[in-house]
Amino acid sequence: MSKTIVSMDQVTIRFAGDSGDGMQLTGDRFTSDTAILGNDLATLPNYPAEIRAPTGTLPGVSSFQLHFADHHIQTAGDAPDVLVAMNPAALKANMRDMPRGSTIIVNKDEFSARNLTKVGYETNPLEDGSLESYKVHGIALTSMTVGALAHLPLSRKEAERAKNMFALGMLSWMYHRPTEATEKFLTAKFSKVPDILEANLVAYRAGWNYGETTEEFSVSYEIAPAPQVKGKYRNMSGNLALAYGLIAGAHCAKLPLFLGSYPITPASDILHELSKQKKFGVITFQAEDEIAAVGAAIGASYGGAMGITSTSGPGVALKSEAIGLAVMLELPLIIVDVQRGGPSTGLPTKTEQSDLLQVMFGRNGESPLPVLAASTPTDCFDMAMEAVRIATAYRTPVFLLSDGYIANGSQPWRIPEVDSLPDLHVDFAKTQENFQPYARDPQTLARPWAIPGTPGLEHRIGGIEKANLTGDISYEPANHDFMVRTRAAKVAGIDVPDLVVDDPDGAEVLILGWGSTYGPVRAAIDVLREGGAKVAQAHIKYINPFPKNLGEVLSKYPKVILPEMNLGQLAMLIRSEYLKDIISFNQVRGLPFSTTELVEATLEVLNG
Amino acid sequence: MAEITLTKKDFTSDQEVRWCPGCGDYSILATMQAFLPELGVPREKIVFISGIGCSSRFPYYLETFGMHSIHGRAPAIASGLTISRPDLTVFVITGDGDALSIGGNHFIHALRRNVDLKIMLFNNRIYGLTKGQYSPTSEAGKITKSTPVGSLDTPFNPVSLGLGAEATFIARTIDSDRKHLTGVLQAATKHKGSALIEIYQNCPIFNDGAFDTIKDGNSREGALLHLIHGEPIKSTTHAVVRKDDGDLEMRPLSEINEVDIVVHDAHRVDPTYAFALSRLHQ
Repeated sequence: MSKTIVSMDQVTIRFAGDSGDGMQLTGDRFTSDTAILGNDLATLPNYPAEIRAPTGTLPGVSSFQLHFADHHIQTAGDAPDVLVAMNPAALKANMRDMPRGSTIIVNKDEFSARNLTKVGYETNPLEDGSLESYKVHGIALTSMTVGALAHLPLSRKEAERAKNMFALGMLSWMYHRPTEATEKFLTAKFSKVPDILEANLVAYRAGWNYGETTEEFSVSYEIAPAPQVKGKYRNMSGNLALAYGLIAGAHCAKLPLFLGSYPITPASDILHELSKQKKFGVITFQAEDEIAAVGAAIGASYGGAMGITSTSGPGVALKSEAIGLAVMLELPLIIVDVQRGGPSTGLPTKTEQSDLLQVMFGRNGESPLPVLAASTPTDCFDMAMEAVRIATAYRTPVFLLSDGYIANGSQPWRIPEVDSLPDLHVDFAKTQENFQPYARDPQTLARPWAIPGTPGLEHRIGGIEKANLTGDISYEPANHDFMVRTRAAKVAGIDVPDLVVDDPDGAEVLILGWGSTYGPVRAAIDVLREGGAKVAQAHIKYINPFPKNLGEVLSKYPKVILPEMNLGQLAMLIRSEYLKDIISFNQVRGLPFSTTELVEATLEVLNG
Repeated sequence: MAEITLTKKDFTSDQEVRWCPGCGDYSILATMQAFLPELGVPREKIVFISGIGCSSRFPYYLETFGMHSIHGRAPAIASGLTISRPDLTVFVITGDGDALSIGGNHFIHALRRNVDLKIMLFNNRIYGLTKGQYSPTSEAGKITKSTPVGSLDTPFNPVSLGLGAEATFIARTIDSDRKHLTGVLQAATKHKGSALIEIYQNCPIFNDGAFDTIKDGNSREGALLHLIHGEPIKSTTHAVVRKDDGDLEMRPLSEINEVDIVVHDAHRVDPTYAFALSRLHQ
């Protein structure tokens, strides 16, 4: 049977199943194969905080959405074109996002009376006509997987577990994905368990062959590679990019990297990645708690390493006192905050931008420090390098903000030439007479980085206010006033790039973004301009200090829209700094903005 | 290369020492300043890291590298420094409140990790810098500003706690015995790994006389058990013997045979013997 091949310019697929069904792995593999093919792509993993919620229930549903295209794209897509649902719970939990006419592929083996009842289906949606306006394919994923593996010495349960690979194989056929990399991946992952390896490979190939031969699918789809700047590309998640950026930054600063960390969602992958990189001079320290993690990083920086700690909002709260110490000691330190829904434990696996005011002000006393925010998964690499530059050049703790969306989301990344990376080297203080630990560089206001082991530089530092120049304890009123203002001036004077405005049409409305809203905002801008709307766009990556031209940019636009996944935290900072009113567009649903929402919100302002 | 001989003066900083007159910290400082030249480590390779409390002012008075950090966190900061700079000799200066209350978690984990830190715990069994509240080593029933009818909490025994935390070196000494303190510092700095040195230290303002029994000329030699490897454990009046159930107890010398006195083994890996020793005074 010959099948039709249809060319498409973009597709959004969502894989959904139980949290034990391997949906994240399935999505990851499909994404990697898509990156190899050369499509542009963006992903949105969405999973529960529970490791294994009860099987087949709505709270246990885990999903992975992938948007890929033959052109440049910005987001993981508003609504899926295709849903792969491994059970009734996955179908039910995701139906509200499925537009009419979209394709739904379900594992019909799981649609038993018991499983349907478990999620509140009174009748079987595959049979009761409720899905009439969708293209539904009921596939016997479980039984076909078990059948394909009958020759292997596996229990039924073990065989069933390979059904995600069957589904992956089937979708890989449908979208012409290359298979070599996934076969290689499986071979490496299961090299020590030959039967399981064989099961996964056989299921994967069986899924592909099923797609090729079944009459269920008459069409397969091609999405041509997207035009890209020449170079070597790989798929990159935000957390991985951030870890690599820290390594590259420390390397360019010629410093050993020390990470003190305590596991926390969604930041733990940074610890996992760096703990593999001893060969690059990386030391990782899994501390007894968040406080010890930042404390150890401060100790390492004091000794001449690039001290870093990685965490999320609750961890930042615990580290606050120690970060204040680093402000006082004026030592380099990077605190990575991969934000999640708050307050308290909040939504550990969901995204939010609500730590901004905490990182700006959540310390006792006047304790300003620079705050940077990465905008996309791959931008995490560049901003991590920027964090190293600022921390070392100005001898200050630096907050680097990411969030759950870009940390776990991924996109293609062009691997930079090592020679193109900047020189971030700074000198330690050298042996000298009458050493003054709090004398300052007139340009940067940085104090000397005087590390133990340097003869003649013996000195004492601490959290008590320092006398200017000598660093001795001082309770002098005028000295404290001077030191507080000097520390503030140092941070305010940090050199950051100007804000770039994209405004081809002379717009009156500016959409301002920060952090992970970059992708959704850019996608909305494209839609708005295609519809003839005049809108300008700018993205803030440096929040403290703000870019020097921000005030001037703001003054040019009568209306400034600022979407944030919080209740208006950056808007508050901008209003207080520039006395400029801001039209806030806020959501805290644990999910990134959809393009449609941003387009609608902007049109309301344009037309209102 | 020419040998440079350093003296106590070389380890004394230009900062004015600001403890209360009569504070036990003065003698500990003097002992340390006298000990450092014999350690044979250059000044720039020595780092003192302290937390918060009276004892934590210690680093200011030594002409080495030093950091007066935040309450309870010195072991964490020192761990990061030592792990990334194994060439340095790192001391943690802490007190009973700093190490055992607010910093209890870092204290136990630093010991179990066995990072090469020398933790000097100045135990005065009171909060001095906050002006006299009970501490985690204050005896139960202690009447202080915050416990007007007596504290309810059972105190920590720092040596027992350290053993429970898998410490590989523990010693207890006292501020006034310069010779013994020096000996302990020698042994601790030779030890590769975490060392806990508990120093009984008198606070003349808020808990004066807490250790008089082992300081007073009349009672001292009867109350003090010197632990010397390979020597029988005894004072002038009492000795340590093994009970039938394997536990240790103190008995008057007059009631026992010399051959039954336990001989000290400082290198036993199994901590049960050391733990039994740590409980003897109770």
